[in-house]
Amino acid sequence: MDTEFLQTMLLTFKLASITTVLLLFIGIPLGYFLSQTSSRFKPIIEAIVSMPLVLPPSVLGFYLLLAFSPKNGFGAWLDTNFDLRLVFSFEGLVLASILFSLPFMVHPIQSGFSTLGKSLKEASFVLGKSRLQTLWFVLLPNIRPSLLTASVITFAHTVGEFGVVLMIGGNIAGETKVASIAIYDEVESLNYSLANQYAFTLFVISFAILLFVYAVNKSMMRSEFR
Amino acid sequence: MIHINITKPLHTADGTIDLRVNKEIHKGDFLTLFGKSGSGKTTLLRIIAGLETPKSGTITVDGEVWFDSEKKINLSPQKRNVGFVFQDYALFANMSVRQNLEFALADKSKSKKVDEILEIMEIQNLSNMKPQELSGGQKQRVAVARTLMTNPKMLLLDEPLSALDSAMRLKLQDELHAIHKRFGITSILVTHDISEVFRLCNRVFKISLGEITEDSTPSKVFSNQNISGKFKIVGEVLSIKKSDILYIVEVLANNEIVKVTGVQSDIKNLNIGDKILLSSKAFNPILTKI
Repeated sequence: MDTEFLQTMLLTFKLASITTVLLLFIGIPLGYFLSQTSSRFKPIIEAIVSMPLVLPPSVLGFYLLLAFSPKNGFGAWLDTNFDLRLVFSFEGLVLASILFSLPFMVHPIQSGFSTLGKSLKEASFVLGKSRLQTLWFVLLPNIRPSLLTASVITFAHTVGEFGVVLMIGGNIAGETKVASIAIYDEVESLNYSLANQYAFTLFVISFAILLFVYAVNKSMMRSEFR
Repeated sequence: MIHINITKPLHTADGTIDLRVNKEIHKGDFLTLFGKSGSGKTTLLRIIAGLETPKSGTITVDGEVWFDSEKKINLSPQKRNVGFVFQDYALFANMSVRQNLEFALADKSKSKKVDEILEIMEIQNLSNMKPQELSGGQKQRVAVARTLMTNPKMLLLDEPLSALDSAMRLKLQDELHAIHKRFGITSILVTHDISEVFRLCNRVFKISLGEITEDSTPSKVFSNQNISGKFKIVGEVLSIKKSDILYIVEVLANNEIVKVTGVQSDIKNLNIGDKILLSSKAFNPILTKI
């Protein structure tokens, strides 16, 4: 196995791990808010969160490319004030992946919270517990299967993302070249055996991840609804 | 002493009505809120707990203002220290029975209290079980036990026995009665079950379309005062059959089916499922110890 292959796979999983962890911190408050609110802005927020599900990844990638480009206002501002260049960089990939995988994290968490009865939260309030204590000790532990599903699907989806990554990350080895890009790259240069090595690795890992989720979720359900 | 003077619009199947309550509840009362679904019973309970906000008015408990719409005071449910038993019990599925009780403690060092309450409620043997392993009656006991952990000022019970079979219901009625006696906690019970009212409560608010239409003792509210009956049982009509010139009405009373004859005028306004009062004064009931 050559070092570039390993480097690319490591980068892929590093991107997916960082994206998943950051999205958990965003997805829990956002999912909780959406499950509780009856605000008239709720449909708007829900629509924005779900956009990546229907948009071609290249659309999102294209607009991110424009926004982050140092030639344009926002990108130039980031560049001069924070020395941060989000185009063709790992940081840019993380941000784009967060946006693109947002619905995969938020939807399961939101529906998990929605299925918990209102009385659970209220019982905790009446017992004198704050919102934060209630969220941490009562609500989150009771949606463990949703949290697991959300994290794993987000992780797997980030590993498999192609369009956004290609648009704003490009193909810089060790910086933005992830496995899905590498496959395309190797096929372009007719290097089918290396493409197959990437493809098969992704195939096996994706299957293993999903198998793990379903097996764990099943045993969680069993222990809770004996 | 609890003083409640509030209004709150209720959105019911028959349109919007106003819930209006202006009452005093005395310390140690066991009060029932009785009325049809949608009359505002549960809403009143939730308003007292702070889970819903009235449109206007005041709530004062032992001189402490819990709600005052003019002064913009609205104490959060966390600060009211009431015990609330939900219809679905709302036990935390991720915690064992013991952990459910411990969670309610403000001061974790007082875990002796957990054992004390487990013993009083006779649920020590369930201590390590998860809520989903318990029967309905056991869940109900755990839910009551959990509310007792915070030494609440008031116990609010939202149809706590409605999901149980009648034998379990009778047993738990006795237990609620015993708890009320032991702790002397002012208790408010929402129920549709008249026999429950008679067994537990000393005062009834009959609520209809958001208004309290009657406020008295159970026997005054539910008995027709024209009858000077020596003995009365509350029952439910199961069937009405015509037999020659008479009607035979089957009544479920205290878990037994009683056949009662009636004439046309008796059954005129009677429907299956109606709650009725059986009374008799011509016969002497016979007492037999069992």
